[in-house]
Amino acid sequence: MFASKRAYFKLTAFAAIMAASASVLAADITGAGATFPYAVYTKWAEAYKAATGNQVNYQGIGSSGGVKQIKAKTVDFGGTDAPVKEADLDAAGLVQVPTVMGGVTIVMNVPGIESGKLKLDGMTAADLFRGAITKWNDARIAKLNPGLKLPDLAVTVAHRSDGSGTTYAFSHYLAKQSMSFMRDVGAGNTVNWPANAVGGKGNPGVAANVQKIVGTIGYVDIADAMKNKMNFVALKNKAGNYIVPNQDAVADAAAGANFKVKGMAPDLLDQSHKNAWPITSATYILAYEKGGDASRQKGVVDFFTWSLNNGQKMAEDLGFVPLPASVVKMVEAEMKNIK
Amino acid sequence: MSEVASTNVVDVHAAKIKVFKLQDGIFHQITLLFAFIVLAALAGILISLAIEAAPVFKQFGASFLWTNVWNVPEDQYGALAAIYGTVVTSIIALLIAVPVSFGIALFLTETCPTWLRRPLGTAIELLAGVPSIIYGIWGLFVFAPLFSAHIQPYLQAAFGDVPVIGGWFAGPPIGVGILTAGIVLSLMVIPFVASVMRDVFETVPPQLKESAYGVGCTTWEVVTSIVLPYTRVGVIGGIMLGLGRALGETMAVTFVIGNANRIVGSLFAPGTSIASTLANEFGEADPGLHIASLFALGLVLFIITFIVLAISQWLIKRGVAKQGK
Repeated sequence: MFASKRAYFKLTAFAAIMAASASVLAADITGAGATFPYAVYTKWAEAYKAATGNQVNYQGIGSSGGVKQIKAKTVDFGGTDAPVKEADLDAAGLVQVPTVMGGVTIVMNVPGIESGKLKLDGMTAADLFRGAITKWNDARIAKLNPGLKLPDLAVTVAHRSDGSGTTYAFSHYLAKQSMSFMRDVGAGNTVNWPANAVGGKGNPGVAANVQKIVGTIGYVDIADAMKNKMNFVALKNKAGNYIVPNQDAVADAAAGANFKVKGMAPDLLDQSHKNAWPITSATYILAYEKGGDASRQKGVVDFFTWSLNNGQKMAEDLGFVPLPASVVKMVEAEMKNIK
Repeated sequence: MSEVASTNVVDVHAAKIKVFKLQDGIFHQITLLFAFIVLAALAGILISLAIEAAPVFKQFGASFLWTNVWNVPEDQYGALAAIYGTVVTSIIALLIAVPVSFGIALFLTETCPTWLRRPLGTAIELLAGVPSIIYGIWGLFVFAPLFSAHIQPYLQAAFGDVPVIGGWFAGPPIGVGILTAGIVLSLMVIPFVASVMRDVFETVPPQLKESAYGVGCTTWEVVTSIVLPYTRVGVIGGIMLGLGRALGETMAVTFVIGNANRIVGSLFAPGTSIASTLANEFGEADPGLHIASLFALGLVLFIITFIVLAISQWLIKRGVAKQGK
């Protein structure tokens, strides 16, 4: 009798421990997707855990992987750089909100030309990146840069060899500028670069190629360009001003965009604000409107609400650009649909 | 009395033998099971690759294998550029690695002072253990800039005007490309080939070598007429091991090959290999033909590796047969 009583106590204690640990586990959430926001999501997750004790895991498996995984319901939220179309969101019952923005910069390695001194417009940039301009002293570049001494040097295009959201944003921008670019190169995560192109793996790979190969022009995200102290190209925006990329210019691009659309993914490329950096993009998360587990759904909302309110400085330090305050309000309202 | 005792002994022995037989039987079954796991994994990989790649062959037919196009936005795929890059970089790697490894192995077994043998041999084995990403980073950040500044211009100056060969060294000397990938691969392959060659050279019976030296042979004559004929099979095995590594090497090649999905005659031009294309594009590949094409590339690499292994087996068998005669 005594023995069984003790066993009974043991059992209840065990059950209590199990229940406690289960409630802790329920708050742990998992996300997977785009590699571009990986640094900021993990930074946020670290700070969020320190503040609330809840664990968030994010795996950078690529945007299309993120969409695939959330549709397969193996994760609590998916991350993607390429926004999912409205119709697809409705069909799958998914909510999509932006979390953070970034800019793609054009960088170069041309002897004698300092950072920010070379001016390009969208059309000329597209001609360079589709292999139609093969020499740095081409008349089309010279026309935009009177007074600049351009060398007789072959152009090498440095691009991402791995499929990436950076390529997605950059090729869509150039394709908007030039039909010929759309036809020759195309727009997407992986595109058809010209014959004078060399591919590098990841932003660091492109940065290395641009720094090592004389005569290169390439594209990397703002964070990597600043970290590597690369030479920027000043790019003409829609308002007609030549902009040297920085985080403020990216923020200005978002200021003029209309986020009040389903999926909250307005086209941020080539915005008309006078200081807007033309190659601006946002990254998004996806979650189910009606999830299987309410506590995990709440975990996703809590994490991003906390991050958007407390993590803006962290994002800036990493080279990202926080969403404008008005957009944060809209994201919070939209996330109420995640139940 | 004694009869009873002896039958008892026989019984005991019979029982023991029965147990032994049972043990042997179980042992045989278990090892058989382990061996079959390998076969099952191999078949599983082959079948799943074939299933995933099927849409590609449905769409493009066998011409996928010899079409020189890789256009993701337009969903047009062909494996030729990747096959070309894989084969050419591996050939360059072997052209450099085989003579060098041969020299290393000969030095270590024939002419090296005894006190230097161990440290040198260990160094080579350590080199074989260096992760491939290290070779890739070194190739991109250290070797490619040096190669582009100090070696490529001289190669162009020396061979640029020679017909046929000149075309191999055409184009801007940008450092990364097919030739760079081949050279970095050769460095990765050398430790494997050299250590296998050294091991097989050491199997040559000292009596054979000593008698050759005794009749007045030079070291070169001993090597060409005693050591090499005796070890031909092992040497081929070592080279094939190196070739296998070169064909499938991924990270180092991805860093230095330039990753351009096209075929340019020049060895200075960027290219791509099957393994590097897979490493680059799998992460963000679009569902549908793109993914299927990558699986098809994987299948092609599998088959190329299989063919290489088959050829090496055939060479080894032929070598053994010749030795028998």
